[in-house]
Amino acid sequence: MGALAFPAVFTLPFPRHVMIMIFLYGALATAWNIIAGYCGQIALGQAVFFGIGAYTSSLLYTRVGLTPWAGMIGGVILAVLVSQVVGYPVFRLRGHYFAIATIAVGEIVQALIINWDAIGGGRGVFLPIKRPDSFLNFQFHTSKAYYYYIALGLLLLALGITRWIEGSRRGYYFRAIREDQDAAAALGVNVAREKLRALAISAGLTAMGGSFWAQYLLFIDPESVFPLSLSILICLVAVLGGVGTLWGPLLGAAVLVPLQEGTRVMLGGTGKAIDLLIYGALIIVISVAQPGGLMGLFGVSRGAGSAR
Amino acid sequence: MGFVYALIAAGLSLIFGLMEIVNFAHGEFLMVAMYVAFFAWALLKLDPLVSLPLAALLLGTLGFTVYHGIIRRVLDGPMLAQIFATFGLAVLLRSAAQFLFGVDFRTVSQPLLAGRVALGPVFIGVPQLAASVAALAAFVGLFLFLSRSETGLALQATAQDRHAAALMGIDTQRMFALGWAIGSACVGVAGGLLAMFFYIFPDVGTPFALLAYVTVALGGFGNVPATLAGGVLVGLVEAFGGLYLTPALKYSAVFALYLGVVLWRPQGLFGRF
Amino acid sequence: MSLLSVTGITKTFGGVMANREISFDVKPGELVGVIGPNGAGKSTLFDLITGFQRPDAGRVTFDGHDVTGWRPDRISHLGVGRTFQKLKPFAGMTALENVMVGAFQKTSDVAEARAAAMTALEQVGLGERAEAHARGLSTGQRKRLELARALATRPRLLLLDEVTGGVDQATVPGLIRLVRELHATGLALIVIEHNMRVIMEISERVVALQLGQVIADASPAEIVRDRRVIDAYLGETWRE
Ligand SMILES: Nc1ncnc2c1ncn2[C@@H]1O[C@H](COP(=O)(O)OP(=O)(O)O)[C@@H](O)[C@H]1O
Ligand SMILES: [Mg+2]
Repeated sequence: MGALAFPAVFTLPFPRHVMIMIFLYGALATAWNIIAGYCGQIALGQAVFFGIGAYTSSLLYTRVGLTPWAGMIGGVILAVLVSQVVGYPVFRLRGHYFAIATIAVGEIVQALIINWDAIGGGRGVFLPIKRPDSFLNFQFHTSKAYYYYIALGLLLLALGITRWIEGSRRGYYFRAIREDQDAAAALGVNVAREKLRALAISAGLTAMGGSFWAQYLLFIDPESVFPLSLSILICLVAVLGGVGTLWGPLLGAAVLVPLQEGTRVMLGGTGKAIDLLIYGALIIVISVAQPGGLMGLFGVSRGAGSAR
Repeated sequence: MGFVYALIAAGLSLIFGLMEIVNFAHGEFLMVAMYVAFFAWALLKLDPLVSLPLAALLLGTLGFTVYHGIIRRVLDGPMLAQIFATFGLAVLLRSAAQFLFGVDFRTVSQPLLAGRVALGPVFIGVPQLAASVAALAAFVGLFLFLSRSETGLALQATAQDRHAAALMGIDTQRMFALGWAIGSACVGVAGGLLAMFFYIFPDVGTPFALLAYVTVALGGFGNVPATLAGGVLVGLVEAFGGLYLTPALKYSAVFALYLGVVLWRPQGLFGRF
Repeated sequence: MSLLSVTGITKTFGGVMANREISFDVKPGELVGVIGPNGAGKSTLFDLITGFQRPDAGRVTFDGHDVTGWRPDRISHLGVGRTFQKLKPFAGMTALENVMVGAFQKTSDVAEARAAAMTALEQVGLGERAEAHARGLSTGQRKRLELARALATRPRLLLLDEVTGGVDQATVPGLIRLVRELHATGLALIVIEHNMRVIMEISERVVALQLGQVIADASPAEIVRDRRVIDAYLGETWRE
């Protein structure tokens, strides 16, 4: 409830921006948690889906005039399709081969987009600024509060889906696959299909985040929505908070985003990278001392994926 | 370039073969090595070729320290912890470089070797040529060490079966640490060589590391000699990709090669069974 | 009519012929023992029956379906359960959750799966450990857990790989009693077992393998008198 009242209390843009980023990264990390934390598939190419979401809604808006809300759904559909086409062969790989294959896919997709001049190539896409604010246009220039609630909605959707998975047969199947694929198959779990489903859910949610991001910044390019560093950042947020737990990814975002935004404002620019410095150190300490993430400190543990 | 890739990849492969851990900070090790070479040149007026042993030594020490400080503690942990421990290290090293040295591109100007020579129909920079030769030499040295020396054989035995090796009286902890030291020293040499003609900046290691993962996978993880072939292959694909495709797409060609190979032959091109 | 028919299956790994033209049948409700020295190809045989490996040649038929080359999960749905020699617990999940994964084959309802899983756990004598994490269980308990998991899928044929291997001697009689009880419910079983006394005691028929080939397929009483079996196997392992 406090989250709902926040914009009313904090009227300055900056705290709202920080909260929006927490929600967005919380949602992205929660989405990754479904495929990696629960299903144990350490996919390092989430930016592909983020970028697809951003580009689909943006292009449908600039080229066809479709409202970004419909574009968002289009992005989800496209991301899910791509996830299935790519996932089908790549899920046959295990362990490090899988993880590196997902990086490879991400790098190939980014390079293709950079070279695809018809959709802007490396120059990216500018979204035309439309006034006055309009829900239909998904643009709000007078107040960040709208973005705040939309990002919150996205986060709640991601958390709600995770919660639903946790409490259903699907969640048991995902965790069984994470712990041991062969044993799961011997018990009748269609391992390939379940992995594809986990990825589809994860991809769809990530694409929604991408569409949101495009509308929030009104400018996208391959370097900002398709980079490997984004894929990695999403994972690191989740790992910091605790994978395989409902609240871990959000906790990770709540720690990391203020750190990132705070140092950025205090030190100006990104030149000094102090946030990442602290962050890298945090991740190492967490991996070494508490593989369950910060959630592990509260005694919440689902046994972080021992996928091999 | 293929030989330099092979040398970078050999370090990665050695470590993976020993303990099935992929060092995702490998590219950052390379970056550190390049800065070592740069500062040796800027402060001590040592050419990268001359400071090569220094880079190898420092990187070897770094690898050794990282093993004892971090890796040893996640060795029996979940794969996720292993991956992200080294990822965290990558982030740490890269941002430390950014913090200390800034994001500027630096170069070693006036290196000992410069100019270019005609090699048949193509021109090749002398530093590039020297780097290739030196990398190949280092690679051969590594290979001889692994296959001839007693310590090298002990390393290989540990890679084969660490429990059996332990029973035979091999101190596997020592071997692991040594593997990290040698694997990192390889990157030290490669970094020193690259510093002769490559821009030096905090993110410089990333593309090299990505290519190294591909190279290692092509050769079959843990199979050090085969990484040489993998490296040459990657170098060729990159070169020809660069010839026929735009620069951004040449890495894609390499990654596509990776996907093709792992999906078609998951054990790598030269993996056994 | 036999429940399971294996006809002429062959599997090679590199140069090793792990299974060579193996044929045998299992009738509904039958308990067949499989013996053979280490490396004889027993576990490979299980992998071929349950779809974890694809045979180079030959057929596997279960309940009238030709299941050769099917995926493991489809074979499981047909009613074939198995355990693994190298145990594969879902280490980060509780014992109850482990077994629920199996129970979900017959229901998608969580409460029903939980109840069915609890029944299976009690059947194998692990009722009290339901909430314990699988990684905290002893080897013997893990074997039982793996059994309970397979049972929860309600199989008609259960393949047990080395039931008593690696567990401490005191728990062996309990495990044997358990196998007997399962058999008494009408379940067909194939049991790989190294302990000859156990296999002779429980089996209705014994298949002996050596170097990937069937060297005998007979009643326990005949097996102990078979020259080839004695030469290949009993001579060296007939001891306690
Ligand atoms: N996945 C595999 N790859 C290569 N060789 C295998 C594989 N599985 C089994 N083998 C080989 O097949 C033979 C039979 O093994 P296995 O079926 O495990 O025997 P058993 O269970 O009777 O001890 C052995 O020589 C073993 O090394
Ligand atoms: Mg066996």
